[in-house]
Amino acid sequence: MTNTTTDLTRATAAQLADLLAAGQVSSVEVTQAHLDRTTAVDEQVHAYLHVAGQSALAEAAEIDRRRAAGEPLHRLAGVPIAVKDVMTTVGMPTTCGSKMLEGWIPPYDATVVAQIKAAGLPILGKVNMDEFAMGSSTEHSAYGPTRNPWDLERIPGGSGGGSSAVVASFQAPLATGTDTGGSIRQPAAVTGSVGTKPTYGGVSRYGLVALASSLDQAGPCARTVLDTALLHEVMGGHDPRDSTSIDAPVPAVVEAAQRADIKGMKIGIVKELTGEGYQAGVSARFEESLQLLVDAGAEIVEVSCPNFRYALAAYYLILPSEASSNLAKFDAMRYGLRVPPTGIDHPSAEQVMAASRDAGFGDEVKRRIILGTYALSSGYYDAYYGTAQKVRRLIANDFDRAFETADVLVSPTAPTTAFRLGEQLDDPMAMYLNDVATIPANLAGVPGMSLPSGLADEDGLPTGLQILAPAMQDQSLYSVGAALEAALTDRWGGPLLDRAPDLTAKGA
Amino acid sequence: MAELTRDDVAHLAGLARIDLSEAELDRMVGELGVILTSVAQVQQADTDGIEPMSHPMPITNVTRPDEVRPSLTADEALSGAPESELQRFSVPRILDED
Repeated sequence: MTNTTTDLTRATAAQLADLLAAGQVSSVEVTQAHLDRTTAVDEQVHAYLHVAGQSALAEAAEIDRRRAAGEPLHRLAGVPIAVKDVMTTVGMPTTCGSKMLEGWIPPYDATVVAQIKAAGLPILGKVNMDEFAMGSSTEHSAYGPTRNPWDLERIPGGSGGGSSAVVASFQAPLATGTDTGGSIRQPAAVTGSVGTKPTYGGVSRYGLVALASSLDQAGPCARTVLDTALLHEVMGGHDPRDSTSIDAPVPAVVEAAQRADIKGMKIGIVKELTGEGYQAGVSARFEESLQLLVDAGAEIVEVSCPNFRYALAAYYLILPSEASSNLAKFDAMRYGLRVPPTGIDHPSAEQVMAASRDAGFGDEVKRRIILGTYALSSGYYDAYYGTAQKVRRLIANDFDRAFETADVLVSPTAPTTAFRLGEQLDDPMAMYLNDVATIPANLAGVPGMSLPSGLADEDGLPTGLQILAPAMQDQSLYSVGAALEAALTDRWGGPLLDRAPDLTAKGA
Repeated sequence: MAELTRDDVAHLAGLARIDLSEAELDRMVGELGVILTSVAQVQQADTDGIEPMSHPMPITNVTRPDEVRPSLTADEALSGAPESELQRFSVPRILDED
């Protein structure tokens, strides 16, 4: 454990915001401290695909200047952030973890990125992910896996393993993520950090390289529930450039995180998301958390969502179908990789396209494109994609019924703690099972959060608890999350991440 | 349920415009078979009379004012192009030679 009082990288975003507002530190100092931390530890963690030190310091200096001039600033102005490499950024590469987009510098900013810039958060760089967000471990990144700060031989979750590892290794207090089937929540669970998938449509998808458009949702990653809420507020809101964006104010997530009031709240345990298939230590920490929620004034009820057992199957038909269509734009003509086929003189555009897509996409991306092509092909459409869409409705109906008896639902976020690098790489179905508890929320569009619930006795690795709320009730996640976090932190005698190994002491 | 053959995978890869190698085809037939068996579980759900759901939010007819807005310049649009010429994307031949 390191001394946390003087190290700016150990402070939360809310604490940094207070220090900056009080003039006790400058944004340049805060930003430099995080860049120094990256220099010290990222050779081991490999969270970043691109570090933007110079532009981050320039943005920080500009915020310091504006603050000195007395300009009104956003509360998080000057607090640095890391951005998932699936979001387009002017002046910085956006690769989505794929060779297809190696070196691509987009000509426009994602709305989320524009909102972060407008709020004055210096962008430290772009963080790693499974290729086009397909995976649960970052091992499908074309640029090598990110490692879990708790154990460098283990996965940091995925697809947003760069986002989870960068906050869990104190290289950034905040990071952006995207969650199509659990890519914010499962990485948070296995790294002892916090992450939220907002209600579908709560955060703009403009400028997010699409995986599955009806499931994709961007959201915040951080180390505390309050920090997550603060970033949620920056990222959220209506965007006319995304036709599925919700035209309503961002739910009062920060207020909910600060009040942390769950007295009288009904919290539902989803029968189908507990018990068999969950690692003993994950279940034990989950049960303890339930008791803490009761102690904080909540009432526990059991609910059943019988169609959740089909969620994984429906998801792995709907997602590949949408992905195969979305990824058709990588055609080697307008941007991205173009390679000529071997042994063909004067090849056609189609031959160049097929050779480029073979060279540019990794195995998992090819698997899912071909699966989606199959599910959508005539003769199989009704049996696969059509049936999956009906199952999707059944799952949404299950949520509706559950929310008649419970205000929020809870479950373990992931069935296990972080597994070893390579352990599931040759078994796609085993890898898919990591998201069994997170996928239903994406199918129904409801918001979900993961926060740390402790360490599993058998391996000493972090476990996560998931909270799910009705659509557009994102603030409920933060009420429950903040109440549980307070009770757990009290019990632990400090934040869970204080117990993570000190990466600088290990030496390279 | 129909069994997925190596020829099927080769055909699908063609439709998806991915020039899979022989080794990739061999590997993918087995992997996709396992995945397909698993996702076919959706057919066990009781979906009689259930309306398909394509999207989580029931939003329809989202429009915006028909106004000219700033957009990318030609140089910006071409900035990622593998090849460009005369302010246009340059592509390989699109017709057969014979």
